Amino acid sequence: MIRAKAWVARSVGRLSRATGRGGGTTLPGRVLLKLDRNAISSLGSQLTEGSTLISATNGKTTTASMLATILAGTGRDPVHNRAGSNMTWGVATALLEQKGTEGLFEVDEAWLPEVADRLHPGTILLGNLFRDQLDRYGETETLADAWAALASRLAGKTGFVLNADDPLVADIGNSSGPDTVYFGIDDPTQALAELQHAHDAKLCRVCGNNLTYDRAFVGHLGHYHCESCGMKRPQPQISATAITLRGMSGLEATIESPEGPARLTLPLPGLYNLYNALGAIATARQLGIPVADAVGSLAGMKAVFGRVERIEIGDVSLSILLVKNPAGANEVIRTLALEPAPIDLWLALNDRIADGRDVSWIWDADFEMLADRVGTVTCTGTRASEMALRLKYAGWPIEKTEVVVDAEEALDRALAKAGSQLFALPTYTALLDLRNLLSDRGDTGKYWQG
Amino acid sequence: MQLRLLSLYPDQMNIYADRGNILFLQHRCEWRGIEFEVTRCGPGDRFDPTEHDLLYMGGGQDRDQKAVARDLVKTKQASMRASLESGAAILAVCGGYQLLGESYELEGEKIAGLGLVDLKTVREPGPRLIGPVAICVDLDGEERILAGFENHGGRTRLGGASPLGRVIHGHGNNGQDGFEGVRQHNLIGTYLHGPLLPKNAWLADHLIATGLEHHHGSRPVLEPLDDDLENAAHKAALTAARNG
Repeated sequence: MIRAKAWVARSVGRLSRATGRGGGTTLPGRVLLKLDRNAISSLGSQLTEGSTLISATNGKTTTASMLATILAGTGRDPVHNRAGSNMTWGVATALLEQKGTEGLFEVDEAWLPEVADRLHPGTILLGNLFRDQLDRYGETETLADAWAALASRLAGKTGFVLNADDPLVADIGNSSGPDTVYFGIDDPTQALAELQHAHDAKLCRVCGNNLTYDRAFVGHLGHYHCESCGMKRPQPQISATAITLRGMSGLEATIESPEGPARLTLPLPGLYNLYNALGAIATARQLGIPVADAVGSLAGMKAVFGRVERIEIGDVSLSILLVKNPAGANEVIRTLALEPAPIDLWLALNDRIADGRDVSWIWDADFEMLADRVGTVTCTGTRASEMALRLKYAGWPIEKTEVVVDAEEALDRALAKAGSQLFALPTYTALLDLRNLLSDRGDTGKYWQG
Repeated sequence: MQLRLLSLYPDQMNIYADRGNILFLQHRCEWRGIEFEVTRCGPGDRFDPTEHDLLYMGGGQDRDQKAVARDLVKTKQASMRASLESGAAILAVCGGYQLLGESYELEGEKIAGLGLVDLKTVREPGPRLIGPVAICVDLDGEERILAGFENHGGRTRLGGASPLGRVIHGHGNNGQDGFEGVRQHNLIGTYLHGPLLPKNAWLADHLIATGLEHHHGSRPVLEPLDDDLENAAHKAALTAARNG
């Protein structure tokens, strides 16, 4: 039965692409799940080597892409939802349209239990939990509870790779059984001067008292303990030391593991990408790949769709950096702050369902950090005016800020005003629009071919 | 002139970017040459009601809010009441709003609130009330619109207290009676987060004027500011509410 249903759903995908109606990265899966609710289980059981799931608020697509790069380095080619469509139908579409013996799926935080219960993955990598689209996901604590319950169900059957530096994620290790590995950053020189003002893990998951932070690296990710019950950050088996950040061009770090140190050169910027790399390396090790090999493969890592992607348009180099929540936006801002001023920007704020209808989060992101460094600013999207308003109250030069609601017109304005570099900061649906716009204009390939 | 703001539980009650509201007030004061002072008041802290003109409390995660409820009643109840009676402006948003009432319900447990206004918040079957919202408000004889976003599981029922406004688009206090928020003397409680003030500059200025009146004894006429972007943001929020 699944074969006939799968055939129908695949045909829909081909039709969708042939008629140019969009990527077809979700439609076949949607159709299939309508025909057969258990399709993920039935198709998933054909993955004889099992599958790996990756979830986090920030960095899912990049981490999955890193792991795919590492696997490719050893000749492995997993079934992978590489376009970042990460709800059940995205996973179903990848299962439908690709052949392989192992699976690699990034999964939306809220959908993880549903997908994991159906796929019985060999390994789950959990990266971080930040406040994000509260209208869709609810509180981080609620997600952490759902993940912990999942880990209890899968304990003994599924291995877990957890970020030791995120207390919300590391706590899952209390439910996940003995097959649990931790990763983290062990370089105190990279600590933030102070905790982010609105950080998301203030209370101990065990006893409910206040957490004490010795240092934080990204948002609430860092070294913490609870003075009240003695809970503390687990010692990571895979960790990064001796870190050197090189702005937009990337970073270097020494990866410590039971296999000894290996020097990583990562062509992606920021500590947030180092966390992604650590997660990918630790997971690859669980999948039988030596750390040195994983580290070697990551040196050739390319940016993925909308995550520090760079496109040349005329004589302007356009860098695209997805922003969708305060923690992610703050890391983008921190990275941009290392770029030479003046920094020309195109910001696109949408309030569609996939962005989160609630745009409050822009007031939690620290745009103030760039106030003295910006050149020209163009705001667009359904909530362009609130974006510009946020920047005004962050002390950005209002006379250099323009609101242009139409995205294409805004892009042309921004390109015309920019120096040699333009940084585009779109929310999720604005990113899709931008990518389609650029591909229509012949500036880049269609992303679902990528 | 000087406006003295008391920020209640800034580390616990900040889930919906509540600092945006404070930032907005701060700049609008400073651009007018009004000195702006912020005092943080956290768990265990007590405050002198004569030293603060505008009190702000935002929303928090369930666990944080429960701890804050206990602390509020224990260390701040009398001062809050004195502030309300002396005419200080009080703005309580979302979780902060729920804590103003007699009690609120969380996971089957009834938690005591400040009892500052006659309302209580209960749980009822049905989904969280989430979405863009617009309400019609009359604070000083002129009808105006507040536009923002709401996201709450609790249903708030007003006893004898007056609502802040009536719902034009969205759910409001409980999704049933068509009312939103509460208003008593210079206290405003509302589910509109968002942050609320940047999208509704007129309310920010109303609070500033009320606070200055509390401090200096007479209500000043505030110097107008260039509010083109503020007005555009208000309009976009209203459009979002209208489109549902």
